[in-house]
Parts: sequence; C-alpha cells; structure tokens
Amino acid sequence: MNIKFHIQDLNFYFNNNKVLKLINFEIPANIILGIIGPSGSGKTTFLRALNRMNDLESGSRIEGQILFDGEDIYSSDYDVVALRKRVGMVFAMPVPLPMSIYDNIVYGPRLSGVNDKKRLDVLVEKSLTAAYLWDEVKDRLKTSAMRLSGGQQQRLCLARVLAMEPEVILLDEPCSGLDPISTAKIEDALTELKKEYTIILVTNNTKQAARVSDYTAFFLMGDLIEVGNTGQIFTSPNKTETNDYITGRFG
Amino acid sequence: MRIHPRYTQGGAVAVLGGATILTLMILVFIIFFILEKGLPVINLNFLTSNPEDMGRAGGIFPTLIGTILLPLLAIIIATPLGIFTSVYLSEYTKETKVTKVIRFGTDCLAGIPSIIFGLFGYIFFVITLGFGWSIISGGLTLAVMILPTIIRTSEEAIKSVPKSYREVSFSLGATSWQTVKKVILPNALPGIVTGIMLSVGRSIGETAAVIFTAGSSLRIPSSVFDSTRTMAVHFYILAREGISAENAYGTAATLIIAVLIVNLSAYWLMNRFIAKRS
Ligand SMILES: Nc1ncnc2c1ncn2[C@@H]1O[C@H](COP(=O)(O)OP(=O)(O)O)[C@@H](O)[C@H]1O
Ligand SMILES: [Mg+2]
Repeated sequence: MNIKFHIQDLNFYFNNNKVLKLINFEIPANIILGIIGPSGSGKTTFLRALNRMNDLESGSRIEGQILFDGEDIYSSDYDVVALRKRVGMVFAMPVPLPMSIYDNIVYGPRLSGVNDKKRLDVLVEKSLTAAYLWDEVKDRLKTSAMRLSGGQQQRLCLARVLAMEPEVILLDEPCSGLDPISTAKIEDALTELKKEYTIILVTNNTKQAARVSDYTAFFLMGDLIEVGNTGQIFTSPNKTETNDYITGRFG
Repeated sequence: MRIHPRYTQGGAVAVLGGATILTLMILVFIIFFILEKGLPVINLNFLTSNPEDMGRAGGIFPTLIGTILLPLLAIIIATPLGIFTSVYLSEYTKETKVTKVIRFGTDCLAGIPSIIFGLFGYIFFVITLGFGWSIISGGLTLAVMILPTIIRTSEEAIKSVPKSYREVSFSLGATSWQTVKKVILPNALPGIVTGIMLSVGRSIGETAAVIFTAGSSLRIPSSVFDSTRTMAVHFYILAREGISAENAYGTAATLIIAVLIVNLSAYWLMNRFIAKRS
C-alpha cells in the first residue's frame, strides 16, 4: 500500500510545553484517517504539523521527521508554499474570505497562476459539486460568501480546498458547529472523495470517526495511544484508555 | 453611600450627551464664523486671479496651486513608504524588542510639534541638500511629518484584519506577499484611507513647517524647485501682518471648503469600493 506520510519520532513543542510526544506511524494514501481524543490532546497541533501551519505560531518547535511522499517537509530547503498546495486544510470554524463565492473557490488556483476563465469556471462547478453545494449556490456565485449559512460556508471551505486539486485534505473538526443535515452532506462528500484524495479528519465526535474513517488514531495528552483499522479500534481496542474513551467513560 | 443606578445612569447620559453637544457646537460655531466672514469674499475672480499688493487686493490663485502641490507631493511620497513599512512591521517581522523600539519611535515622532519638522526640513532639505525654499523641500518635509501617522494608522488597520483570513490564505498556498495583496490590504483599506485623509488635512492646514521649507513666494511656480505659498501660510501672513482681514477670511473659508471636498470625495470613493467588494 502506498504510504503518504511517514511520521518518525515526532516531538512538538510550544515554547517549553511538549504537546506531541514521540509519535510514530504511517498514513496510507486514499483512505480516511480519523483522529479522535479529548480536547487538548494535540490533535489540531498534529494536523497543522502536516502542512506546516504551526510555523505561523510563535514558539513552535519540532523534533523528529515528517516525510511526505518520502521527502522531509521540515528540511530547510523544502518549499512550504508548494506543500500547502498539495496538503489542503479545512478549519474548525468556517472562514469564507470576504469576497464572492466564485472568488473564494478560485483563490487557490489563481495563486498558482490559473487565470483562464473557462478553466476556472469548470473548477468552480466541479469543486462545488464534489462538496455537495453546487445546487444551492449555482445561481448566485457572484454574491458574497459571507451571506451563506454556517453549513454552506463549511462546504464552501471544502470546495475551496478541492479547487486547489491537492493530494491530501486535512479537516479539523469540520462539523463541530454544524447541524446534522450539513454534517451528513460533508460526510457523504468525504466518503466520495477518498477515491482521489487522502483525508485526515480530526473529530470530537467518535461516532463520526466510526461512520466515515477507514483508520482511526486515538490521541491522549500528546501521546498516540493507538492507531488501527476503525473496525478493530471500535470493537476490540488494545488499550484500556482507548476503550474508556470510545465508551464515553472519560473525555 | 450608594447612589441608585437610575441616577448614575441619568448622570452619565447628561455628561456624555453634554460633551457631544458641546463638541458639535464648537465645531459648527468655528465653521460658521469663518464661512460667514469668508464666503462673501469668495467668487470666481478671487479664486483665479493673482494677488496684488501683497494680498491686500486681488485673488489667491498661486496659493491654490501651492495648497494642491505640497500635500499632493507629501502624500505621494509618504503613502507608499508608510504602507510598506507598516506591512513589513506587522506581516514580515515577529514582535521583538526592535519592532517595539521602532513603534515607540514612530509614536514619538507623531507627537513632535510641526515646527521641529520645519526646522529639520530647513537644515536638511533647504540647506544641506541645497533644494532651497521650494516645493520639493516643503513636500519632503510634510512627507516626513505625516509618515508616522500613516505608519501607525495603517498598522492598526492591518492588525484589525482577522488572523483567520491570514491562516486561510496561507493554507491555500499563498505566499506572504500574495496574502498581503489579496487579503490584508483590501480589508485594511478603509483604515488606511482614514489615516491618509487625516494626513492630507494636516498637511493642507500646516503653516510652520511650510514657511520654513517652501517659503512664501506669491509667484506661480514653474518647477518643483520654486518657492510657493499655501493657503494656510497666506492666511497666516495676511492676518498676522494685518494686511487684509477680509482676504484672510476669504482664504480661510476656501481652505475649509477644500478640506471638506477632499474628505467627502475620499469617503465617497471608499464607500464605492466597499460596496463593490461585498
Ligand atoms: N499556538 C499555541 N501556543 C501555545 N500552546 C498551544 C498553541 N496551540 C495549542 N497549544 C497547546 O497545545 C496543546 C494541544 O492543543 P491542540 O493541538 O489544540 O489539542 P486538540 O486539538 O486535541 O484539542 C494544548 O495544551 C494547547 O494549550
Ligand atoms: Mg483542536
């Protein structure tokens, strides 16, 4: 099986606070990896280490290696901008940029120098369709994205990432503020998308991980306690902490 | 003893409302006072003819030119410098001792009386660089004078752009510069324009720094190395030397109307820009 990310002896610090402790595992391509764990466990930090978004935070420091397609993304000559184009991200809070729906979607492609109107139009329709949003907005692409509902905004953010045609999509609790119908639409989209993309989904909702992910990783206080097939994790976890968490005994 | 909230609330309304009304009244009074005395003097001839006899008679045409050229030059120089500096400080550097010192320095500069800038401009641009009393010396001096204000207001405007916009832009594969160009500056624009307008107003109304550096020639300048006189300086000289109270008020009224026109058109432009974006 094709491996997308190798994480080797990863320690992560904010100032002197060790947030991730000696993480080792591999993330295969074309799967959905669910990441679960109580809040403060380092799930977000881990996710943002994969596209180097933590670089923007002051005091962040990394030890160990993250290999993406075999290349060390933290080596000094690695192109961060190119990395972020290949590893897209959807944040917990939907943040449409204050511009039209259309301009939001083509933001990434335009940065890469795609300016051909026809090509952009195709990208917009394709990405919005894949994010299950096209039918709701196709008649008002030129209106402000700020006027969409929260659930629509989050699907817009997903479409915006898809328009970059990345290889990996990181999602950080993308449904935490959404109603069940929007959540279902996003889950349907993700299941469809894993054919073409590698998807890493942090979720505060263990049921969601059980529903959509192929593999599940359980983080606790900066440790990767356990990672494995979703079926195995939820039916016969190897660690008592995992069992306690998924049965709702703590967290 | 505790005063019942109903009375403190009533007191607060009276004090806050009173302050507002007093401010408005002072403002309206000044404007009316000047316009009442100045407007009767203003006509097409006053605006388009040259002064005669030191300004005792005739119009103010050359000072209109000076009033347009000096602030224009100052803004053209200070705006890009100020915006680039504030972008650099807020987007390209982490908060360190050095940036704090720079910020403290600009704050101090913004509070220095304009006559000090005039003195500096005189020594540096007029004498050392040999530009003489000229439009270029005056424009450069005004540019130095308004630069701190433009830097600080732009920086505040840039800081008020939500951090999440930056994150989204970076996560979509933007470089810092692309983020600045496409997200930060468009969203900070209203604040930046406000700072520029304040600076335009300040340079239009400036006298001390201008007399020292651009002189007070009443001739129509033929190059940027000629001396010129602005309306503010003209007003000052007419009033101080007791040359003509009538023409002094006419000049002052023109000045006030000019500032109003500049501010209103900037406001209108900005609203159009915002309406177009959303
Ligand atoms: N920018 C930051 N600066 C300092 N500490 C941070 C920062 N972001 C997160 N942390 C700390 O790192 C730990 C892990 O946080 P996070 O990765 O957000 O966990 P999770 O997403 O699992 O809730 C927490 O203790 C949090 O306080
Ligand atoms: Mg989190």
